[in-house]
This record gives sequence, structure tokens and C-alpha cells, in this order.
Amino acid sequence: MELKDIINPNNLVYEKPKLITENTMHYCPGCSHGVIHKLLAEVIEDLGIQDKTIGVSPVGCAVFAYNYLDVDWQEAAHGRAPAVATGIARTNPDKVVFTYQGDGDLASIGTAEILHACNRGENMVVIFVNNGIYGMTGGQMAPTTLIGQVTATTPNGRDVGRNGYPLKITELIAQLPGTSYVTRQSVHTPATIRKCKKAIAKAFQAALDKKGTSFVEVVSTCNMNWKMTPVKANEWMVENMFPFYVLGDLKDSSKTDPASYTPLKN
Amino acid sequence: MGELRLMKGNEVIAEAAIRCGCDAYFGYPITPQSEVMETLMDREPWNETGMVVLQAESEIASIHMIYGAAASGKKVITSSSSPGISLMAEGISYIAGAELPCVIVNVSRGGPGLGTIQPSQADYFQSTKGGGHGDYRLIVLAPSSVQETNDFVELGFKLAFKYRNPAMILTDGVIGQMMEKVVLADYIPRLTDEEINEKYGSWATNGRKANRQRNIITSLEMDSVKMENNNLRFQEKFAQMEEEDVMFEEIQCEDADYLLVAFGSSSRICQKAVDLAREKGIKVGLLRPITLFPFPKKPIAVLAKKVKGILVVEMNAGQMVEDVQLAAGCAIPVKHFGRMGGVIPSPGEVVAALEQKLIGG
Repeated sequence: MELKDIINPNNLVYEKPKLITENTMHYCPGCSHGVIHKLLAEVIEDLGIQDKTIGVSPVGCAVFAYNYLDVDWQEAAHGRAPAVATGIARTNPDKVVFTYQGDGDLASIGTAEILHACNRGENMVVIFVNNGIYGMTGGQMAPTTLIGQVTATTPNGRDVGRNGYPLKITELIAQLPGTSYVTRQSVHTPATIRKCKKAIAKAFQAALDKKGTSFVEVVSTCNMNWKMTPVKANEWMVENMFPFYVLGDLKDSSKTDPASYTPLKN
Repeated sequence: MGELRLMKGNEVIAEAAIRCGCDAYFGYPITPQSEVMETLMDREPWNETGMVVLQAESEIASIHMIYGAAASGKKVITSSSSPGISLMAEGISYIAGAELPCVIVNVSRGGPGLGTIQPSQADYFQSTKGGGHGDYRLIVLAPSSVQETNDFVELGFKLAFKYRNPAMILTDGVIGQMMEKVVLADYIPRLTDEEINEKYGSWATNGRKANRQRNIITSLEMDSVKMENNNLRFQEKFAQMEEEDVMFEEIQCEDADYLLVAFGSSSRICQKAVDLAREKGIKVGLLRPITLFPFPKKPIAVLAKKVKGILVVEMNAGQMVEDVQLAAGCAIPVKHFGRMGGVIPSPGEVVAALEQKLIGG
């Protein structure tokens, strides 16, 4: 058998999604962003909505998400992606708009924007990547940093008396009537990656069906700023983050009450 | 001739936005401009033209909604008053950096801080020198009547789209709240998606079509040489504005010995002051900058060679006077007279200041 017999389209079992560009990703080895980007690309491709999808990237590690997915993108100011997405969605009601935000962006500086966009039920998808730390600025405490977790600004561990409690913003979001689907996923094993893809696909389908805001949290690792190997970071996430940020659907109005959501009037 | 109405300055902003084919208004209530959104909500333009009107949770959210909609090629407007404009400064800088067109109305009030709800012109620096971070300018239009407030909405959009740069209408509580007759513009239809693709397809992020590359709207550039080139391009635009789009009005300047320079509501007071001074035998003219950026440097330089002195009248502690001094040079005295904190000067006070500061005795 020669090499050309092996490298043959008939033997192809996996390929890069068409919507992932050729640009070299800037993410650190072991980072969860690459996997989540791939899932987004697959879902947008599967649904055939490349020509009507507009992404809004955050400030944080995913600021350059626009370099990697072959759809139209807007780069928002820190925390303001839900407001930017509102502007797009309201004036382009036939388009599919998603934001891609980290924990500092969504749950700290952008708390007002995300809560109000979700409460109005803006027709959009929110991808919320929660790794409990500020990545791009070098590992400072995030609103979702666990109690006792060591970061650059909590060198002796997050202390409740000094720093307050980690914020379960997804639980808050799930209570808002404007959201139709709120879920918490992860991408640390092949099984969870498949499950996460289904959740993202469901969220995008909800946007196509004009069911209001769909919110997918992905509990993720930041092995670089956690100062761990990628494997160790995954283990740490399972042991420490999952008990606090419990995986699974927090709200699925398509199961409970399909008529509970009143579509927005433009 | 268009429809004649008696309207408030704030109301006419709403009416002009609907009529000029605006796609959306995003805003947050603040005195003295809340009538803008109230009028829009009452008019329900979504039934008439399809225009979206949304009350946002803050001025911060409003301006970023503007960013999102403008970046998809839409014609969008917001309004606020001084403290709200400060909150918007971040977003305005991003809009300028991402080269997006939009119209921002500042019905300004006295500051600093929460200040007062009474009219003021203390936001001249903020409006004309940037206001947010980075090297950028807004196109700043300063109406002095309800009619001009109406006309400048569409003019603001024309200039904003010409340069892909935010335009500001800088008015104040006097013009926003006062009622005058106004000739309304005829309706311009909103652009269809096809028209947006045709006109702005090279940059608008409204979904990647099969016949084009993906569009990316961002103000971010990590390569400092490329970022400098972006800045050089912005500076070229601002220079072009100074060449092509300066607007001003000269009133009784032909034989003037002294010149008043004033914008917006102050210029209305100065028109009366010119008459009062001339009754006393003092030949006074008025130059009214209509665009505060680009600033009418050249006409001021020309008049500075003819008159004995210039009095800049503003409802602030002396802001535009710096630009007038730069334009006029050092050959003649350029003085400032202003009232602050929401106090509106009378024409008599202006004449007295002219006599005291320039004529002497």
C-alpha cells in the first residue's frame, strides 16, 4: 500500500468544517475555544445559514473569533456584545445573530447588557465560555472564579470576605421570561463535545424559529492561566467547577410550554 | 413646499428621523430630550415605515445597539443629553474607529456631573475634540432653530455616510424645548436589503453572501503599522471634511468693526445683540459656525483682518473661544463672554460685555 492509497477521499473520516478559515488560531494549546469554534462552524454549516448569520465577538481571548469563522462578524466593546447583537437583530429580523462571550465580558462588565437583552428576549444566540478566569489580560479573577481559586489578583485564593461570591449568571438568565433555552455544557470529552454541538444546534434552531434568546454556557478550561497541563486542567474542571456549575439544561421552553414565549415586535 | 407645523426642537428630531428613512432609534430617557423617544413611540413608525424604536436599558446599551445596526448598513439615530453622552463616549469612539455612519443628538445641559437640566453649551470640547478615547472627530452640526434641527437630521446622515463617521447634532435645552414653525421634509423610503447590499456591500455585516468575502467590522488592529495607517486614513477624512463641508453663516459682517462669534442658541441671542449694538452706533457683525467640526477657520481668519476685536459668546466657561483664537491669530484681541450652569445671557449683557472687554470705557 502506498501513501496515495491512504490519502484518498474514500478513506476520509474527518475534515475541518468548511466555515473554519485557514487562519492560524492564536489560542493556547489545550484551550477550549478552538473546539467551540469548530462546533459553531459545523452547526452553521449544517443549518445552511452562513449567508444570514452575523457573529458578535467580545473583548477577551475570543476577540479574534472573526478571524476563524467564515461569516460576517462585528467586534464589540467589552461586555456590550448583547447590545450590539440587539441592534443587528432588531434591524435585521430575518438574520441569525449570535454573541460569543467570556465570563469577564458577559458576567462582569457586561452584566447589564446580557440581563436586559435576555429579559427582552432578543432573538439571538449567546455562547458563554466560562473558564473562571480572565485569559487575555493574564489570569486575573473573574466573576465566576471559584472560592479559594488562585488567580493573578487573588494570589492567596478567592476570599469571599474580600472578593464576594462566584456568580452563577446562567441561573439568573434562566429565570428571565425572554429566554427560551438555557443550558450548561462542556467540551472536555468526545461525548460532551457531541452533546454540546446538539445544544448549540438547538439554540440556533430556536433563533431561526424566532423563539427569543437561547443561552449556551460552556464550562471551559484555561490551562495556561490555571497553570496546568491541558489534561490536568480538564481533571481540575471536573473536580472543582462541575460541582458548582452543574451541567445540563436549566430551561427548555420547547419542552415545558411552547406557547410561553411571545415573539418580539419590531 | 413641505408640510408646515409648529413643533418643539425635540419633537422634530423624531419626525425628521421617520421621514428621512431611518431604520432605527435606540435611546434612553434623559431631560431635556426625552420628547424625542416619546414622540417616536407615539408616532409608532414601525407601522408606517418599519422603523424600529427601542428604549434601551442605558445610554451605554443604546450606543452599542447603534453600533450593531449601523454595522449592518442601517441608517440609525440616537439622542441623549450631556451625562448620557459621556456614557456613550466609549461606544462613539468604537463607532469612529470601526468607521460606521450614524447620527447622535446631544440636547446638552449644564455640567459637570449631574449638573442641571437647564441649557448649556459646555459640551463643545467633548463634541468637537473627540469626547472618547483615541484620535477621532465627530462631524458636529449646531442648529440654531427648530427648522435647522429638522434639516440637520438628514444632513447629518448624508455626511455620516459620505465619510463613514458618526455625526453629532449638538443642540441644547433652549432649541430642544422651544416651539417654532418648521417645514417638514418629504418622506424618503428606507433602503431595502438589496439596496443596502448594492451601496454598502463592501463593508456591511448583514450576512456573508456567496458573491463576496465575509465582512468584518472592528476597531481592533494589533499591528501598530497598520493601526497607524488606519489613523492616517481617519485624518485624511477629517482634512477632507475641512475642505468640503464647512458651514457657517455671516450676519451683518460687511461693515463690522467688531465681530461676535456664537453657535446654536447663543447665536440667536447675539443676533439681537447685533441690532442693539448697532442702535448704539457700534458696527457689530455675527459669525455663526454651523459645523463646529469642521470648524470655519478660514472665514474667521478673513474677518479677523477686517475687525478690531472678536467676542466669542458661549453658554460655557470659554471653549469655542480657543478655536476662534487659533483661527484669528494674535493681531486682534479675541475675548470670551459666557454664562454657565444653565443661565442664558441676555442680548443686553452681550453688548455690555462687548463694550467692556473690547471697546473700553
